[in-house]
Amino acid sequence: MKPKTMFEKIWAAHVVHEEAGRPALLYIDRHLVHEVTSPQAFEGLRLAGRRVRRPELTFATMDHNVPTTDRSRPIEDVISAKQIETLVQNCSEFGVALFDLNSPDQGIVHVIGPELGLTLPGLTLVCGDSHTSTHGAFGALAFGIGTSEVEHVLATQCLLQDKPKTFLIEVTGRRPYGIEAKDIILSIIGRIGTDGGAGSVVEYAGETILQLSMEERMTICNMSIEGGARAGMIAPDEKTFDYLRGRRYAPADFDAAVARWEQLPTDAGARFDRGLTIDAALLAPQVTWGTNPGQVVSINARVPNPSEFSDPNARKAAERALDYMGLTAGTAMTDIPIDRVFIGSCTNSRIEDLRRVARFVKGRRVASTVYAMVVPGSQPVKKQAEAEGLDRIFIEAGFDWRESGCSMCLGMNPDILKPGERCASTSNRNFEGRQGKGGRTHLVSPIMAAAAAVEGRFVDVRQYELKERQ
Amino acid sequence: MEPFKKHSGVATLLDLPNVDTDQIIPKQFLKRIERTGFGQFLFYDWRFIDGKKPNAEFEMNADRYRGATILVTRANFGCGSSREHAPWALLDYGFRCILAPSFADIFYNNCFKNGILPARLSESQVEMIFERVRRTPGYQLTVDLEKKKITSDDGLEFTFELDDFRRHCLLGGLDDIGLTLQYENKIRAYEASHREISPAPAGRNSL
Repeated sequence: MKPKTMFEKIWAAHVVHEEAGRPALLYIDRHLVHEVTSPQAFEGLRLAGRRVRRPELTFATMDHNVPTTDRSRPIEDVISAKQIETLVQNCSEFGVALFDLNSPDQGIVHVIGPELGLTLPGLTLVCGDSHTSTHGAFGALAFGIGTSEVEHVLATQCLLQDKPKTFLIEVTGRRPYGIEAKDIILSIIGRIGTDGGAGSVVEYAGETILQLSMEERMTICNMSIEGGARAGMIAPDEKTFDYLRGRRYAPADFDAAVARWEQLPTDAGARFDRGLTIDAALLAPQVTWGTNPGQVVSINARVPNPSEFSDPNARKAAERALDYMGLTAGTAMTDIPIDRVFIGSCTNSRIEDLRRVARFVKGRRVASTVYAMVVPGSQPVKKQAEAEGLDRIFIEAGFDWRESGCSMCLGMNPDILKPGERCASTSNRNFEGRQGKGGRTHLVSPIMAAAAAVEGRFVDVRQYELKERQ
Repeated sequence: MEPFKKHSGVATLLDLPNVDTDQIIPKQFLKRIERTGFGQFLFYDWRFIDGKKPNAEFEMNADRYRGATILVTRANFGCGSSREHAPWALLDYGFRCILAPSFADIFYNNCFKNGILPARLSESQVEMIFERVRRTPGYQLTVDLEKKKITSDDGLEFTFELDDFRRHCLLGGLDDIGLTLQYENKIRAYEASHREISPAPAGRNSL
């Protein structure tokens, strides 16, 4: 039999119907729903007199638009409150399970899917959110869709999809101290560009990927979309199975499921349309300087000069980005002072992220010029962090400790930057105005954000290695 | 959805690559639960100064582009968030067609669900249109989806590629859900035969 990639196996197992000249009709196993991209889809069903075909495969939460302050108080923004109330009504009317603001399971949709065991190897999973690629860390085919497609999945449990191309990114080499999963994915995006993965599903493989924890794998797959890819995936292994065992919605006959999942990884000799190899041993901590995630450099580098870009459009974009970011070409990245730090988002708000930050900030203080906040990805993450005393470490170090949600990653709720404020952020997008109109976002790993909070400027976290060993 | 067959209109320019959906429609406008009325917020932070005064430096604001229905822009247009509010805002503002060297995947899909044609041209063809639009106030283009051709009165003629299925759906203004429901028997058969591959979450099996 012809060797197959993991993507091809999952794709083939989900084709409901296929004919020449049409996209395939693909079955969807899990549909995650949130308050921002679903109201118009439910309204569409209502207008057409349709029902949700498989409500038991559909799960909703509220994350994008929710305050991260005290949950016992009502939401002040009336339009936000209405959107949240609309999700409650829609879920009740159409029979969809909802983890609402008062639920102990509420959180960012891409954090709670895996936590609840909804995300499983070999499944197709969609959500009206581009960071759905996160779930590929479990060996699922997971991708973001628009609201019309949300309505399509609600009504039919299927999607019309063109078969994407395959892209293998192998990461080899031992990660040096201070190099996180975030640095690996940022450097990949820096290399391929924000449209480098367009039309493709990326499989991340290689010894370095195998060594990553599930949380770190989620960070990598999460940002696949920032490289333009349709989805990102990593083969399931013992770590994947251990993470999922005992989760609420994980299969009852877990061993039988594992036996099936073990067949998923890409066969030896399978061909990909494209390939790229990265040596993690050569990486330095990454910091974005511009207004897209591909505009990134190593911490020991300088802000690039637009004249270095040979492509005229890239040059123009760089000039514009420097102007927006208030940066001068040639400035050392470590000379850039910051005003804010945001630790959170579907990229970096899981318990391991918070543990690493806590370990670093314990006994240190947030600089007096910096306002720093930690927003856990979900209520279970928050509870776990509090059980481990991480909240105390954050508060004692001068961080604000919040309720769970997307928060300042996209600033739909009141957590936003003021014009001109500069932020070290563990989130995924540094677009103009993303974290607030006029706000200046630099994407970094959690440990780099923690160090920036303490020093009040970007620092090379590798300098702490010796101190920590002493 | 309104069918798209042949469309003539004024072309306007957005001279930047990698325009993300956060720029097309900033997040503060995503709280609405309707599909309509987003045009007033299109490119909000670029079009307006302090949310009120039109920004004279934003090319699209010039009088010569008033009433434009065709947007010409650079590579990777629509990257970032999956928000369909982006095509809703473009459509509500008046755009029926977007010409660029490339589009981000999710945005590209979303356009077809809303009767907007995103047509891919080469970098040099886009450059040629940029030059002509800048040279001639009120420059118009005609987009013929049937023939997959873009033409102008001054003799420009480009063909673009588009798969037959998307073209067919856009020409007919067809509803995807209606098309898929014609395969109800196949969906049911799949569900019956793939319970192991596509299991319901533990405790929630209602099939």
